[in-house]
Amino acid sequence: MRFAALFLALLAAAGDPGERVVHVVARRFTYSPEVIELQLGVPVIIELTSADRDHGFSVPDLGIRIDVEPGKTARVRVVPEKVGTFDFHCDVFCGSGHEEMAGRIMVSAPVASGGNSGH
Amino acid sequence: MGSRTRREFLQIAGVGGVVFASGLLEACSRLGGRPDPRPGMADDFYFVQLSDTHWGYKGPANPEATVELPRAVELVNALPQVPDFVVFTGDLTHTTDDDQERRRRMGQVREHLARLRVPTLRLMAGEHDASLDRGAAFQEFFGPLRYSFDHKGVHFVVLDNVSDPKGILGDAQIDWLSRDLKPRPKDAPIVVFTHRPLFDLKPDWDWTTADGTRAIDVLHAWRHVTVFYGHIHQEHHHQTDHIAHHAARSLMFPLPAPGSQPNRAPLPWDPAHPGKGLGLRDVDTDPRQPAYELREIPLARES
Ligand SMILES: [Cu+2]
Repeated sequence: MRFAALFLALLAAAGDPGERVVHVVARRFTYSPEVIELQLGVPVIIELTSADRDHGFSVPDLGIRIDVEPGKTARVRVVPEKVGTFDFHCDVFCGSGHEEMAGRIMVSAPVASGGNSGH
Repeated sequence: MGSRTRREFLQIAGVGGVVFASGLLEACSRLGGRPDPRPGMADDFYFVQLSDTHWGYKGPANPEATVELPRAVELVNALPQVPDFVVFTGDLTHTTDDDQERRRRMGQVREHLARLRVPTLRLMAGEHDASLDRGAAFQEFFGPLRYSFDHKGVHFVVLDNVSDPKGILGDAQIDWLSRDLKPRPKDAPIVVFTHRPLFDLKPDWDWTTADGTRAIDVLHAWRHVTVFYGHIHQEHHHQTDHIAHHAARSLMFPLPAPGSQPNRAPLPWDPAHPGKGLGLRDVDTDPRQPAYELREIPLARES
């Protein structure tokens, strides 16, 4: 929960219609995609569904954790406020291979426009 | 038998191991360097902690997976002094989706453990034993998931943070813990056995208990609390204020030190040193201080 204050993560019933949605499918023992690329300051809704059984989606450094259950869509709204890589993992024991069920969120700074490189 | 006498005894017997003292420093400083045993309490005793056998595991992290548990039983039986009890802090079996296979593995573990020549076995579950069926098979074979008992002046509490697949203790168990401890004097020696760390050791590797802080908050009111756990497959020592937390090695494969590699994949098997990084622990307990002297006994089959 250390960096929770740096992020605004909400269980969103609905975000702005224009907001980007990233759909993630959880299944034993992977997430697809397993790398979620986000841009600094750009809100996004992460939508998670399960293809088989109960899983979890936990990003401790961002203070995010949500259940991912079959037949439901779990949604979490994220506004990245820090550049970096943040590991996520399944925190609902799901069988032999559970410990490998993980991925990462990569937050990058917006690419500078124009011919000059930003700094 | 005093701890020094027993230590000499172990040296004579050629039983190696690294000693870690917990509680002694505090006891010495409190009493001006002259520990003053409380009258009326029992003499010291010791117990053995086994953990994380993962019986039924098949994989490259241990190509000799059926060797370690019987070897651990042999090592305990060869100790020069019989421990008062052996505690097994979870993951006796490696998980399987097949309920029959789970029971077959538990039956085999039970047969191996029956060869331990110790008066008492104290067993508890890990998530591999209990998370997929909420502890049903474990309870059939080994009994309750949480309980407490008293031994020679020490109050022992076994906490279950695995039978809920979310790896939590839950409200009911935290209430139970409060009720269990309430009648104990605040200076009573309390030892907690649990599988997962109660504190946030490495949350992004799931090395935590989501509501473990609530248990630590309950325990905090008692002045002499020590926690022994498993799950992380390595020796580890940590303090949350005055509460000591000691993780034990595994009997199947070692895991990396927290954050030492990008993920928590097992350390690779070393054919030159079979069993490297595996081991068990004995704990010399002096209820009068109270103080605990931990000795790590390696399982490695090297010279
Ligand atoms: Cu999972």
